[in-house]
Amino acid sequence: MRGIAGRDDGARPRLQKGRTLVDLFEHQAKELFAEYGIPVPRGIVAHTAEEARAAAEQLTGRVVVKAQVKTGGRGKAGGVKVADDATDAYEKATAILGMDIKGHTVHRVLIEEASQIAEEYYFSFLLDRANRTFLAICSASGGMDIEEVAHTAPEKVAKIPVSPITGVDRARAREIAQAGGLPQQALDGAAELIEKLWAVFVDEDASLVEVNPMILSVDGQVKALDGKVTLDDNAGFRQPEHGVYVDKAAEDPLEARAKEKHLNYVKLDGTVGIIGNGAGLVMSTLDVVAYAGEEFPGQPRPANFLDIGGGASAEVMANGLEIILSDPSVKSVFVNVFGGITACDAVANGIVSAFNLLESRGEQVTHPLVVRLDGNNAALGRQILADAGLPRVELVDTMDEAAKRAAELAAVGA
Amino acid sequence: MAIWLTENSKIIVQGMTGAEGTKHTRRMLAAGARVVGGVNARKAGTVHEGLPVFGTVAEAIEKTGADVSVVFVPPAFTKDAVREAIDAEIPLCVVITEGVPVHDTTEFWAYAVSKGNKTRIIGPNCPGIASPGASNAGIIPADITTPGRIGLVSKSGTLTYQLMYELRDYGFSTAVGIGGDPVIGTTHIDALQAFQDDPGTDAIVMIGEIGGDAEERAAAFIEQHVTKPVVAYVAGFTAPEGKTMGHAGAIVSGSAGTAQAKKEALEKVGVRVGRTPSETARLMREIMQSR
Repeated sequence: MRGIAGRDDGARPRLQKGRTLVDLFEHQAKELFAEYGIPVPRGIVAHTAEEARAAAEQLTGRVVVKAQVKTGGRGKAGGVKVADDATDAYEKATAILGMDIKGHTVHRVLIEEASQIAEEYYFSFLLDRANRTFLAICSASGGMDIEEVAHTAPEKVAKIPVSPITGVDRARAREIAQAGGLPQQALDGAAELIEKLWAVFVDEDASLVEVNPMILSVDGQVKALDGKVTLDDNAGFRQPEHGVYVDKAAEDPLEARAKEKHLNYVKLDGTVGIIGNGAGLVMSTLDVVAYAGEEFPGQPRPANFLDIGGGASAEVMANGLEIILSDPSVKSVFVNVFGGITACDAVANGIVSAFNLLESRGEQVTHPLVVRLDGNNAALGRQILADAGLPRVELVDTMDEAAKRAAELAAVGA
Repeated sequence: MAIWLTENSKIIVQGMTGAEGTKHTRRMLAAGARVVGGVNARKAGTVHEGLPVFGTVAEAIEKTGADVSVVFVPPAFTKDAVREAIDAEIPLCVVITEGVPVHDTTEFWAYAVSKGNKTRIIGPNCPGIASPGASNAGIIPADITTPGRIGLVSKSGTLTYQLMYELRDYGFSTAVGIGGDPVIGTTHIDALQAFQDDPGTDAIVMIGEIGGDAEERAAAFIEQHVTKPVVAYVAGFTAPEGKTMGHAGAIVSGSAGTAQAKKEALEKVGVRVGRTPSETARLMREIMQSR
């Protein structure tokens, strides 16, 4: 749900500052938990209904069929069903596979042994951005309605700051479980689970580990019945094994190509291609183009986010332009550069060489390109473009006017 | 006048001998900043760009009287570099490095707090701080604006430059790029307080971005503590929402983190918010003209 609102990482578009966060599927989170000795139900991933049937046969007895999507609210959307036997699991998987949950298509399900649940709790470790520390959140009132509980009965949800220096040992973990109101019989198991989750959080460079519900089973065991983990891609240099979590199937083909060229590109659904330098300026460019587009027929919107970064070279510009021009929905392109460290003459040369490169491949640039250059060496950059006499390039002085022109050209569909 | 960085500031560069460190040391010197040395344990005793290289921050302070450090070391070494600066009790440490793991930033911030916050940290992942005509610590281009009486605090680098450039006829006392990482040292609120207290600053431009609730908290602070006029710009109205997982964030913060929520929070306390960077500059221009 959008309710995650304000969540440090969730509410943050992945494009910001080039920082990417890697969300794990539930089954991946649980595999990771298991490596750290955290009790999780036995489970098998299935990509087809037939695989789901086989998995259920192997697990025997009642199973739960759980949609694997990287979004919340899947239970309420009907993406989690209990199946009595293998045939039932086949049917439930048939219904769930291919289902759309908040824009995420279900491509796989986790078939898991059904647990005998006595009680459901909530637990997470996360980054508390406002207070610049880590936070443990624990509540005896876990389950799907935890956000509602946090809202209506905040006293039932313990939020405990955790220092990155002192961390969480078994005794501290027990205190946290007690603060969350967990009953006596769950404390030992919960403390052990929490201590191990802290190890996952730190050792894996996670910005979120969440277990909802953390259950007390009828036979007295505390287990992680669900798992959500978000990893910090900035830590990739010391977490080489995290590469396996990048969800290639979910990537847009243009995004995948851009990534190969180390471009910070995000595909959007409009018709005005955008290239700029600096994440803030590019985000701002998307806004200004969307505003400008409101005045034209069809209300053109940005087709993408593309940040060519601080020291944008001619080559980077050429690569960026190539990606954008190969997007069939693009009708016009807006190159918006403020030369701070980047010099505008380098950007202009980049545009010229991009045209040459595309031409040498026998491709004609048929889209209009609106260019706004300001700051460092702007006059020189404009001169280079003017001298090059590129047929479809227009120079416009200000960002607002240039956005308007790019939107207008997209509306015309030139 | 300026905040935190003046013509008297003596700057050392941690990671000066690397490519980025070298390039920006030259630029800072060209901008008139008093860069007095660099730090690199493996190159201690050598001279780089005409400046002495010291083995530690403490030694650099002892030999040069430096009171500002700018950090250009790679992400894997940033935590240790900042801890060293904190241990040496340098008053200002500007962390330019992009890509620092958030666990590392959270840890060095906790360390700074545990040592009594004697070192002001700006960043990481920020363009630094510039007091035009006086000094420059970081990568903000020196030649796009002039000295003046506007203060600026921003999460974004290039938007900072854009506004500095658009308002170059009025000029700036100090521009602070605080960076857009989830955990940062100096916040919007710290800068707002300093500009409010600075006799050389008449009005403040604040630039925010989607994510977190720093702008909402800044709005609450402005209502209580800032009497100077503030104009703001928030980027990201049309940015796609990130995928959201789990419930933790909604429990922690009541804010939506959207540009719209930030704009509303700021306008509610009397801050004028521009729809575009240029409109934001116009709003500031009106304020400066009416003075």
